[in-house]
This record gives sequence, structure tokens and C-alpha cells, in this order.
Amino acid sequence: MAIPILKQGDVLIASLQAAPTDQDLIQLKDELAERIGHFRSRIVAIDVSALDVMDSFATRTLRSIAHATKLRGANTVIVGIQPDVAFAMVQLGLTLDGIETALDLDEGLALMRAQPDGGASGDR
Amino acid sequence: MTADATRVAIRHDGDIVEARQKGRELAQQIGFTGSDLTLIATAISEIARNIVVYAGHGNIDLSITEKNGKRGLLVVARDEGPGIPDIERAMRDGYSTGNSLGLGLPGSRRLMDDFEIDSAVGRGTTVIMRKWKA
Repeated sequence: MAIPILKQGDVLIASLQAAPTDQDLIQLKDELAERIGHFRSRIVAIDVSALDVMDSFATRTLRSIAHATKLRGANTVIVGIQPDVAFAMVQLGLTLDGIETALDLDEGLALMRAQPDGGASGDR
Repeated sequence: MTADATRVAIRHDGDIVEARQKGRELAQQIGFTGSDLTLIATAISEIARNIVVYAGHGNIDLSITEKNGKRGLLVVARDEGPGIPDIERAMRDGYSTGNSLGLGLPGSRRLMDDFEIDSAVGRGTTVIMRKWKA
């Protein structure tokens, strides 16, 4: 089950479906890295609102996606972490330090656009 | 097996998803709701992944348990993998030999009410976890 990636202008949007396997997430990582170069994207938004579990593997993979896209000159925002999921992540000891998060896709894109360089650099 | 107990064979990463979904279903049957379901599913996910990463294959048994009139979910994860040489160390946050975040075991202990681990080098590992319905 591949995770769909949509392109809109300079933004790539990945929508995670209900229960991605580890393989799905690894595939997403590879595909995003490639498409950023192909489309010269500046912003990557990953919507996780359909996920009912964010375990250490999913978190680690999202973290490395964000770090890798940064190295490719784009910025990542993770949107839609559900309240129960956020609570479980805290209990487990997971953080997304240094990675932008937002309530939903609209807010996430607004957040990235509001950055001085339109999201090309996350260091503010 | 009856409807209040189920076994999930863990062989590859897709089975991790199945184990946590079955755990969530059974927990729902017991009456767990909302955030408790997410905590339980997350703990099962971590423990199941440990089996895939360290042992290759094993089983997760899910069942309903009772103590002092309280009902709960019992999760037993069993593998015949290489075992854990230093359990105390493995239970510490951030310790990992498998290129992970090292939060699986200590994190799962925080998510559940009871957590026991038994491991012997060369013979495998058993993790027993329970979550009680308040």
C-alpha cells in the first residue's frame, strides 16, 4: 500500500492512510527525497491525521524524512497528530524536536509560508 | 481459541499492524476507550516490532484477564530469538542495539500498568503486559 504524494505548486503533500506498515513508511521516505529534486519542491507536508498509532518507528522515520528534506533544501511540516496519539507519544518518550508541526494542513502550510523565505529554511 | 483470546503470529512488519489492531479490538470489547486504546495499541506495536527486529519471528497472545473484580487486557509476547543479555540495560531509555530509538521496552512499560520481562540468552524473550480497566 503506497502512500499517495500530491504536488501543488512548490508543495508536496503526503497523506498517510490508517495503518501504514514499516515498509510503506520507508518507501515514503525514498519517494519524497526523489520528488523534492524532481519537482524542486520547497515544502513537504505530511498529514498523519488518519493514524491511530505513532510508535517509535513511525516517529523516527518522520524525523529522518524531515532532516533529509532539509538537506535537500526543503522544509517539512507534520500535520494532524491526534490528541490521543500525541499523549501516547509523550508517555512513550517520543519527541519531534526541531520539526514543525501544525493542527491541520491549512495551518501547516500557512506556518511554512509565513517563514521569511517561504519555508526554504527552517532556522529562525 | 474463543473470541476473548487471540494469537497473532509475528513474522514481518505487516504483522505488527495486525497485532495492534487485534489488541485494540479486544481492549474495546473489555470497555477501554479513547486514549487507553491508543496507549495499548502503541505498546503492542513496540513489543511486536522488537520481535521482528531482534528475533525474526514470534507470537503475541492477547486475552482478557481478571483480578480482584477488575478486568484487563493481557498481552504476552514470546519469541525464541537470541534473548537479551542485560535486561536492566535494555529497560533504560535510549539503549538500543537495533538502530532504533531504544524506547520500545521502557516506553511500553510506561504505557501499560503491569510489565514483566523474562529473557535468556539463546532461548528467547517473553514480555507480559497488562492494562487494567479503571
